Amino acid sequence: MSTANYQQETVFPPPLVEGNQTFHSVTEAVCRVVEAPPSKGWLASFAMALLGLAVLGVSVGWLIWEGSGIWGLNQPVSWGFAIVNFVFWVGIGHAGTLISAILFLFRQKWRTSINRFAEAMTIFAVICALLFPTIHVGRVWLLYWALPIPNQMGMWPNFRSPLLWDVFAVSTYFTVSLLFWYTGLIPDLATLRDRAKSKVAYYAYGMFALGWRGANRHWQNYEKAYLILAGLSAPLVLSVHTIVSFDFATSVIPGWHTTIFPPYFVAGAIFSGFAMVLTLAIPARKIFKLEEFITVRHVENMNKIILVTGMMVGYAYAMEFFIAWYSGSAYESWTFINRAFGPYWWAYWIMWSCNVITPQLFWSQKIRQNMTASFILSIFVNIGMWFERFVITMSLHRDYIPSSWDYYRPTIWDVGCLIGSFGLFFTLFLLFLKFLPAIAIAEVKGVMPQADPHWEGYHADHHHSADHAHAAGEKHHG
Amino acid sequence: MAEARVWGLVAQFDDPAKLLHAAEGLRDAGYKRYEVWSPFPVHGMDNAMGLSRSKVPWIVLGGGLTGMASALLLQWWSGAVEYPVMIGGKPLFAFEFATPVTFELSVLLSAFGAVFGMIGLNKLPTPYHPLDKIAMFRRVTDDGFFISIETRDAKFDLHRSRELLESLGGRHVTVVEE
Repeated sequence: MSTANYQQETVFPPPLVEGNQTFHSVTEAVCRVVEAPPSKGWLASFAMALLGLAVLGVSVGWLIWEGSGIWGLNQPVSWGFAIVNFVFWVGIGHAGTLISAILFLFRQKWRTSINRFAEAMTIFAVICALLFPTIHVGRVWLLYWALPIPNQMGMWPNFRSPLLWDVFAVSTYFTVSLLFWYTGLIPDLATLRDRAKSKVAYYAYGMFALGWRGANRHWQNYEKAYLILAGLSAPLVLSVHTIVSFDFATSVIPGWHTTIFPPYFVAGAIFSGFAMVLTLAIPARKIFKLEEFITVRHVENMNKIILVTGMMVGYAYAMEFFIAWYSGSAYESWTFINRAFGPYWWAYWIMWSCNVITPQLFWSQKIRQNMTASFILSIFVNIGMWFERFVITMSLHRDYIPSSWDYYRPTIWDVGCLIGSFGLFFTLFLLFLKFLPAIAIAEVKGVMPQADPHWEGYHADHHHSADHAHAAGEKHHG
Repeated sequence: MAEARVWGLVAQFDDPAKLLHAAEGLRDAGYKRYEVWSPFPVHGMDNAMGLSRSKVPWIVLGGGLTGMASALLLQWWSGAVEYPVMIGGKPLFAFEFATPVTFELSVLLSAFGAVFGMIGLNKLPTPYHPLDKIAMFRRVTDDGFFISIETRDAKFDLHRSRELLESLGGRHVTVVEE
């Protein structure tokens, strides 16, 4: 007996929800954030975010009015900040899907208190991502040319182009992520509806809750739909960044035309996405007093994933360099030497330092469990991953003909679009934190020990039918 | 004003264990038109109620196949029939280049099947339900566990059904009007 107890304490991880919660206290803790009037901290952050959004509005407005000549693009570098920001934001989104879908399929129950959060991050990041190809086309009013819509010109898009695959991949990704997120929200919207004090809140939440009342026949279809959505999202998320990498890999530019790109991009996406989850979750758990739900264990688990994916990314950087030399292609090996020691050497070494070197600190458990250190390191990863995309895109600046070499310098409008996209992201995210439950209430209740009908706390004199007696027996071991 | 008709009975249960036990009791007593209400899905409840498998996967399959077929048809017809343009010597249609878009549209329509299938099978949105009138039932999205029996059930009897619910641990057994 004592051996069994000892094993239970050391082998089994700490509880997913801390601090003796009841079902009701979970509802209270999560809904309180939504129902209380906005705090000063929230208002100040929201004002900052709106300022960023205004910067975006001006930058994009001027771009549409004047044309893409206001950006720092030149002939060899015809893809500048717009593609860097696009890949950066799509990548950020991937951790949300990974947490909500892949960890769900692997029955990683610790995901439940961070998945809502991460899914919201996905949707807002993909909105930011979609913005950049849209405005990058220059004449945004002709964007519908990219869609297979019957038109008066009798033209159809070219399905042999990876850029068109990208249109389908990213818009499918956005739609499926939104559906997944909304499906998860339905029971929690019903909770907010049933607690609503004002008529406006009652009807607003009620409309989106679709009249959910927790009938078991509904839960049955709901759980099945949720499982299938997770199963669909898992390959989808891998396909999206694979197709994004095809934008580069199917070209004949040295440094881009490599088969390592799809897995390398996917690993990088997960890496940067988890860093962004931490950047958002560490302050939010503090501000909204959700430390008992987003526990140190959650942060530590995410830090471990950052450590692993950071090393995968590091491996890819090294392998790229090796293959460039091993290929024997003069253009290929020169491109990599130029990346590391050419005019953009500083970007290359920022990438290495922030993505490969600093995450090594997460080998130490002390650092993994330290909130301030985790927050700072997550910012480093965000910076490093933005620079990774910058480094890849800047392969363009010295192409095959030295006479056309040039140096890309972003203008104030490039920077305005980048800063402004953060404004858009944080505006949406802060609105989400204020008006929707940041933690999946029904799901968290479902992983609490007392949610199991066979929990020890319910005295053992129930007489269950034979099929349940087995499950009960498993729980009562030791 | 016409007299309100009785919709059924509802009882509250203390916890998921009692809820599961009671659902089994009703199943064994031969009830069909009863429903279990809980703030989260209770593990093992589908068996306890004797429900058959969800039909959502079939709708998803239909959606996925539709997505796949329409994507292939779209790419073949628009590229090889309606608007053939020779680019880089590539074939006008090939499964290789059609794969990414076919995959994406299959996933998209499967996801529509899952979400709208679930909403349709659950007959949502349902703005009104007789149980909305019962004050204690508001806790179903917080920490309340309930079982209701409809008068439409062949075994329904106001007196005997009430006694059964009480014997299974149901509290506050209440008559619900339509």
